[in-house]
Amino acid sequence: MTLKTITLTVNDMVETVDVPQNMTLLQMIREKLSLTGTKNGCSAGECGACTVLMNGEPVNSCMVLAAECEGATIVTVEGLAKGGKLSKLQEAIVKAGGVQCGFCTPGMLISATALLNRNPHPTDTEIRSAIVGNLCRCTGYVRIVDGIKMAAK
Amino acid sequence: MINPHPGLPELQYVKPATLKEASKFLAENVGTAKPYSGGTDSFVRLRDGVLKLDYLVDIKGLEGTKELSFDSKKGLTIGAAITMNQVACHPDVIKHYPNLAEAAGSVASYQLRNRATIIGNICNASPAGDTIGTCMILDGVLKVHGVDGVRDVPLNSFFLAPGRTVLKPGDVVVAIHLPPPPKGLVGTYKKLGRNRIGDLSIVGVAVAAYPSSDSASGYRFRIALASVAPVPFESFKAEGVLSGKKITAELIDEAAVAAMDSVTPIDDVRGSARYRKQMVKNLTREALTEVWTKLSK
Repeated sequence: MTLKTITLTVNDMVETVDVPQNMTLLQMIREKLSLTGTKNGCSAGECGACTVLMNGEPVNSCMVLAAECEGATIVTVEGLAKGGKLSKLQEAIVKAGGVQCGFCTPGMLISATALLNRNPHPTDTEIRSAIVGNLCRCTGYVRIVDGIKMAAK
Repeated sequence: MINPHPGLPELQYVKPATLKEASKFLAENVGTAKPYSGGTDSFVRLRDGVLKLDYLVDIKGLEGTKELSFDSKKGLTIGAAITMNQVACHPDVIKHYPNLAEAAGSVASYQLRNRATIIGNICNASPAGDTIGTCMILDGVLKVHGVDGVRDVPLNSFFLAPGRTVLKPGDVVVAIHLPPPPKGLVGTYKKLGRNRIGDLSIVGVAVAAYPSSDSASGYRFRIALASVAPVPFESFKAEGVLSGKKITAELIDEAAVAAMDSVTPIDDVRGSARYRKQMVKNLTREALTEVWTKLSK
């Protein structure tokens, strides 16, 4: 299969990558850029473990072709901390005890980061609606919501 | 069965520069190429092996596909690349077609709505399509670009069977157009999923209503039902009940029963036919009551 060369920005770094045409954005992030914070859960756009920001908005990276990401700006969980310092949301999730097995955490953080960007003071219902597409199989939702609330203060 | 591997089967990503090029390519590769916008349905089916393709033809960026515009005289145009979230959050949609904003916002999750499109929802022709019923009762007309040029297809004559539409080889749906909203439009979309938000619909009820001097009741009601027939459809039977007499709680009950009698659901993993029929009655009553309360204020 012919490769396609794309140039995009990932976590503030400009990257040029050769990708197979059927490669997903998720595979590119994990396998080509070795950013393994973003997880593969269901491969069906349901669990949200692969959520990243694409041009500022959260998307399921398992449902996006890498080949269509020419010029895109991507932020993964690795891009949330700046200068070795966790983001306010990350700190809050840690403090609230919102991490159990940790598999859903990267996607949760991205969805919640996007929520707080568009709505700095969300209600409980708005928080829960924003993470509907992020499944936590430890079912630790209450503390995740607490953490997001804490970060919104 | 869920494929444990995140990869898609081998295929080529094609990005045509013009609609003409897209139609030509699709017509030359019938059965092996498909228009691609959000991919939220196609990817799942490709991974499951239900859909087999050699080419995904990216239509995002083609002329007219990124249009989302409202004009009080012309109405609303939604291009094929416009996502559910763009529709659900657009101030003109919220103001003039609140029921459409509600239906678009009811689909799956926030991040999926950033990829899923209204046109994709329509073209996928699923009986459960959440935005189809609302677009139908708002008299949506599709703009289709084919090998012979552009033509209009009203949504109410678009569907043939689950997953099947009147689209021909080479056709690309460029946009949907909704006429200006009727004066005093009130509407809602009631959806029953296995959980409160984010699920596929077991039953979906779209209602729109507005004052109308043509109707003996003084109001025109439009009701469309999803997940309870081979394709989403408008229940003229239930609408008819509400046109002849003064609107009362009893008449709303009668209309809900008529809606129930107009559906032909199947048993599947999400619900039995018998359950679906009951829920059509309950959700229709709930939707009509809510709409009537707002309308009669």
